[in-house]
Amino acid sequence: MSEAAPETGPGRLTAGIIAVGHATQNAYRGLIDRVRYVGGIGYLLADTVRWIGRGTYDRRARVSSSTLAAQMVRVGVRSIPIIVLVQTFIGIILALQLAPTMQDYGSIEKIAVIVSIAMFRELGPLLSAVVLSGFAGASIAAELGAMVEAEEIKALRAHALNPIRFLVVPRCVATVVMLVGLAIVADVVGVLGGLFTAWGVLDVPPLIYLDQTYLAVVYKDIFTGLVKAGVFGLEIAMIGCYEGLNVRGGAEGVGRATTATVVKSIVALIATDCVFTTVFYLFKL
Amino acid sequence: MEEPTRDFVISVRNLAKMFPDQEGNPVRVLDGINLDVKPGETLVIMGGSGCGKSTLLNCLIGELRPEEGRILYQTRAMSRPADLLGMDEEAMNELRMRFGILFQSGALFNSMTVAENVALPLREHSYVDPSIIDIVVTLKLEQVHMRPHREKMPSQLSGGQKKRAGLARATALDPEILFYDEPSAGLDPVTSAAIDDLIIDLSKKLLVTSVVVTHEMDSAFRIADRMVMLDRGRVLKVGDRAEFEKLRDTPPEQLATNEERLIHQFLRGNTRGPLTDAEGMSEYEKWIVAG
Repeated sequence: MSEAAPETGPGRLTAGIIAVGHATQNAYRGLIDRVRYVGGIGYLLADTVRWIGRGTYDRRARVSSSTLAAQMVRVGVRSIPIIVLVQTFIGIILALQLAPTMQDYGSIEKIAVIVSIAMFRELGPLLSAVVLSGFAGASIAAELGAMVEAEEIKALRAHALNPIRFLVVPRCVATVVMLVGLAIVADVVGVLGGLFTAWGVLDVPPLIYLDQTYLAVVYKDIFTGLVKAGVFGLEIAMIGCYEGLNVRGGAEGVGRATTATVVKSIVALIATDCVFTTVFYLFKL
Repeated sequence: MEEPTRDFVISVRNLAKMFPDQEGNPVRVLDGINLDVKPGETLVIMGGSGCGKSTLLNCLIGELRPEEGRILYQTRAMSRPADLLGMDEEAMNELRMRFGILFQSGALFNSMTVAENVALPLREHSYVDPSIIDIVVTLKLEQVHMRPHREKMPSQLSGGQKKRAGLARATALDPEILFYDEPSAGLDPVTSAAIDDLIIDLSKKLLVTSVVVTHEMDSAFRIADRMVMLDRGRVLKVGDRAEFEKLRDTPPEQLATNEERLIHQFLRGNTRGPLTDAEGMSEYEKWIVAG
């Protein structure tokens, strides 16, 4: 394999072919890595679902309620303040961004309709998930990664305790449940953010705003948003756990896993959201 | 293939484990290991860094799957020997409950107190009342002199205390076999000697079979009944402690074979000898010598 590019014509051609060959090989390796990653997440998900299923009838496979509660507090309850803060701002921003256009149309109270639909269907679940990927996903990856490095995962297996059941299941259930809960909180505070802006800045009476919201939002808006939140929670938990359990290379590896979790989660969340939105649009949901 | 002897707890036959090198070519890290661990004995596996002793331990405890060979276990609960490599997850877990492992770092679960760490295997694998578990935990901690520290978190413990607590957890289910991964690593000589005493004490009191992986020679000679010397993935010598003591104390010029001189160098920790010569010169050194 020649490294230096020869100057003559045919030599250049050879070098070019070699370069194309290398690029193809790298692209192929990259593709294989991605397929392996998705496959790995798929296996982890299948194992997690299997253990959750087993937990319904086998006492020994069940996760203790205290472990689950601890994870729920860690994943969900602690992120409530930041979610409230972010979603209130989003409600305010949306209302103010829409105001000039709606004033032109002479129906400023319709801000309520757009803010509520946007919050319930889209921004409530999605932005909560993005916040949670940084908040919970990264911390799950870092914690599991540190456990791998400290031989704790090996010790669990050595005591005939399955790490999926013991570590992944509670984190997964907690993230899914809490993200659905957080999406509800996000929807409400987002609407309230819009309401206070409309009331305080745009002179829309709060009762009219609420009335418009009530008329605009139907069950399927809430339902589709919450289904998305559940799936987003699953994605964050799976990526965080997978990255954490596959940590190699000490503290640096833990750092890499944490960053990878946030980046990959956000990409996965938005990609999934796109798929969901398309499906919901096609099926008129 | 020779048949495994009958009187064993673990019998390793023709074990080979390969890892890919940087180019992806397989390298035999373990190459035809044959080894028997007899009931009740303390077997010390030793060798230099990279000789494959940790890989061997990981194969024995089911963490790594070797490409070739057999690892037969015969515990008291088994009617006949069973091959680790043919076991499904359930059988593997049954076996895992029959052995305990002390990891190099202690591997305590950092989110739990010392007592909770020891209680975990009991809580998960037995149906006994929490009050009984509490009594067993107290006993196990007393055995390793860690009772006063039961409510501490692992981060509050010293290196030696972590290993003691790890040992208490490893013995929680009254195992038949105890594996120790570098029990003296990172400890001062006094603490290290105390851990050695504990290993001897536990193997006598609990009648367990112990497999210890170490490269600390003082510790190895203190605890071993039998010793195994590994070098580059192969068993160089298996023998009683006395045989190894004799090898250590004989001057190298009186030793007949190169292997014996190699073991002598390792046991003595000499910088010159067949062990370092066998490693050969680096490419850089060869280049210098060749001019």
